[in-house]
Amino acid sequence: MSTVAVEVVYRGIFQRTLARNIVRSIVFAARKEGKIGTAFGRYGDSPERNGIPAKQFAVVADDAEELEEVLARYEPTEVDVTINVDDTMCKGIESWAWYGLQPINQLTKPNGTLIVTSRQDADSLVEDIHQKDTPFDLSIIKSTVSFSGLWVYKDDHTDARILGTLCNVCPQLFSIDSMLQALDEQGNGETKLASAQKAYDVATIRTVEPGEGNSEVPYKFELLGWQTMEEGLVIRAQGKGGGFRGGDEGFQPDRNEVFKKYSTRSMRPVINFETCIKCTLCWLQCPDTCFDITPDGLYDANMESCCGCGVCEAVCPVPDCVTMVSEADFNDNSSQWEAWQEDKPSYQQWMTALVDKQKAETRTHGFHHVGGYTEEIAASEDA
Amino acid sequence: MTTTATNELFQTEKEELISGSEAIALACALADVDVITAYPIRPYDTVMQYVSKLKADGSFDCDFIVAESEHSQFEIVKHASSVGARTFTGSSGVGWFYAFEAITVTAGLRLPVVAMVGNRALDDPGAFGVEHNDALAVRDLGWMLYWVATAQEALDIALLAWRVAEDPTVFLPFAVSCDGSFLTHSQAIVNVPTSEQVNKFLPPYDRGKLQLHPDNPITIAPQVNEDWLMEMRRQSDEAMHRSVGVIKKAYEEFKEIFGRGDPSPFVEEYMTEDADIIIVGMGTLALPVRVAVRRFQEAGRKIGFVRVKFFRPFPTEELQEILTKCKAVCVVDRDYSYGAPSYGGVLFTELRSALYPMEKRPLMLNFIAGLGGREVHVNDVNDMVDIVQKAIETGIIEQEATWIGVRDN
Ligand code: SF4
Ligand code: SF4
Repeated sequence: MSTVAVEVVYRGIFQRTLARNIVRSIVFAARKEGKIGTAFGRYGDSPERNGIPAKQFAVVADDAEELEEVLARYEPTEVDVTINVDDTMCKGIESWAWYGLQPINQLTKPNGTLIVTSRQDADSLVEDIHQKDTPFDLSIIKSTVSFSGLWVYKDDHTDARILGTLCNVCPQLFSIDSMLQALDEQGNGETKLASAQKAYDVATIRTVEPGEGNSEVPYKFELLGWQTMEEGLVIRAQGKGGGFRGGDEGFQPDRNEVFKKYSTRSMRPVINFETCIKCTLCWLQCPDTCFDITPDGLYDANMESCCGCGVCEAVCPVPDCVTMVSEADFNDNSSQWEAWQEDKPSYQQWMTALVDKQKAETRTHGFHHVGGYTEEIAASEDA
Repeated sequence: MTTTATNELFQTEKEELISGSEAIALACALADVDVITAYPIRPYDTVMQYVSKLKADGSFDCDFIVAESEHSQFEIVKHASSVGARTFTGSSGVGWFYAFEAITVTAGLRLPVVAMVGNRALDDPGAFGVEHNDALAVRDLGWMLYWVATAQEALDIALLAWRVAEDPTVFLPFAVSCDGSFLTHSQAIVNVPTSEQVNKFLPPYDRGKLQLHPDNPITIAPQVNEDWLMEMRRQSDEAMHRSVGVIKKAYEEFKEIFGRGDPSPFVEEYMTEDADIIIVGMGTLALPVRVAVRRFQEAGRKIGFVRVKFFRPFPTEELQEILTKCKAVCVVDRDYSYGAPSYGGVLFTELRSALYPMEKRPLMLNFIAGLGGREVHVNDVNDMVDIVQKAIETGIIEQEATWIGVRDN
């Protein structure tokens, strides 16, 4: 029995077509070698929701009966290859409220492979990825994370590069020739085939040893049974909250202890407390009630609750006072206001560097991708 | 009378990697459906996505109407069907329920509308996953009801649906039920037939002298009260009776033309020969159950499976014949019927009633499983079989209906 399962972890809507292209091409390429396969999305996800981590799978088997054996459990319990198309999800994902935080490599088999598209190097990715008891290979495709806007697809060859890499790191699946043939038949042009071939040629792996990586214990839920669950389909509200960090001044709302949404985020806001005019707009408009009011009347965004929507950046009237920057540059959810209090010059320096980097990179996330395209096109025309 | 065009997309037989929803969209194009109405609700909406794509790509010409609600959606196809248009529509869960008034009159007026029900749990609680209660709600109304298990079957049965529904001796609507997610959202390899094959199998829809047309002035749907109503109900009852023969004949022809199909259009038997226990279920449940059955058989246990394909007309005779040969029947309901006899599910209640007149009646146990899209795993099936086995050994049924895979704490 030789079935191979591959999962693609992607961000809802902005990367859905990308994920779909990858899993479908896997089945087509397997077909070239007389194998049978299926491609499907995890239905429990909400892939139409902006930025929500979601999954698609491809399962390939030698014959129909073998495939049925695997699919008797619809969602695979382990996969040979995990493909992560947004490196910020290396920190773990929570696609739906009751799943808890799942490490990106949760389903990756012992000695399986995790493919990530990223500009980060292996060491900095390994810092984010949760430890496992068994070794796995990390294969990085050096590239800017591919995000498109709503309902559109940006054909930047990310799919072809991933598929080429896949043929190299998982040779038991199919040969690069079968993949090229499949891509050709699906109407992909020569340049795309060349991208797949090149990715195949240059693919590298770095083995991640047991115990190496992020040691955080991912949070999870205790699911209630029918006898303990409250009847009437209700969810009790959180408490009203009180003073900032339990003190008398300022304000912070009570927050859900277990359901956090930060894995939805591919960018996060950084705040320049020195230019803030305390207008309250970010606090009012944030859809997730992230902002805590500090004793000095400033607004500190709580990073365990922030989904990265960018509304605060959009509504802030002061230029560069709130800036959405890449989530990849952070390893924790600590308070920016506290860091600023502790050492203002260092904070300013750190923040300014992130803001400058963002301006240079023009990294975008789906929510303001219309603007993102404009920036990208302008940047490429300048070049 | 409409004619069936030959679509350029389907000149040669080919293999596609598609979901059950895409398969049904292709069936619409193959059948050259005239009027399609849509209103989005997951998981049915996948069909409208694919239909609109085919139309936008210029591969399929039909009147595609996105209505402002499910009620209008079903009203429009009802009317289109009365003027002689081949129609297709569909919905899921509470969307299907919102259209209920139109759904009942479609059957009452003997209009052969074909609908896809993407099975979804009824709100509340909100859930996208499969439960069969939505489609089952039309079981008493004169709709033919079929549960498919694979994307290939979705395409094939959609074609069969128009053929049977539009047969002048039947003229009843037909609902093709597809389990949400497992069918609507997973892509499998499907053989897509040619237009030529389909045209051979599926004659154009001819409403004959019932067609609403200026050249054929008629009034449809008068108020009749007790003077006419009962006779009309009796006619629908007879049409449902007649559909059995029409289905058999059409299925035989289907197999001949397309070269695939099961021995029976009504039920699928899997390793039922000499079985002590037969598991009965509908839809994609077949997948884990077949795997479990294979493992039992490998271990020398005589466990078989019957998939009920047609729920209406209910395959009474077939099931009587198959199930009276075994010691116990293990009915898996992906539905609930609060307060039903023994608090059992809908399939169980119907099956038990079908077997009541038989001289040799097997033990019957019921399992409610897989609600709201929860997966039914091979070990859940093993648990059911264990309970049934115990009942055979002791001769005692401790509990007729058991919920499986529910957190009991
Ligand atoms: S990005 Fe800003 S507005 Fe959006 S959730 Fe985070 S803090 Fe709130
Ligand atoms: S919107 Fe900007 S200026 Fe206004 S309170 Fe928030 S951070 Fe300060």
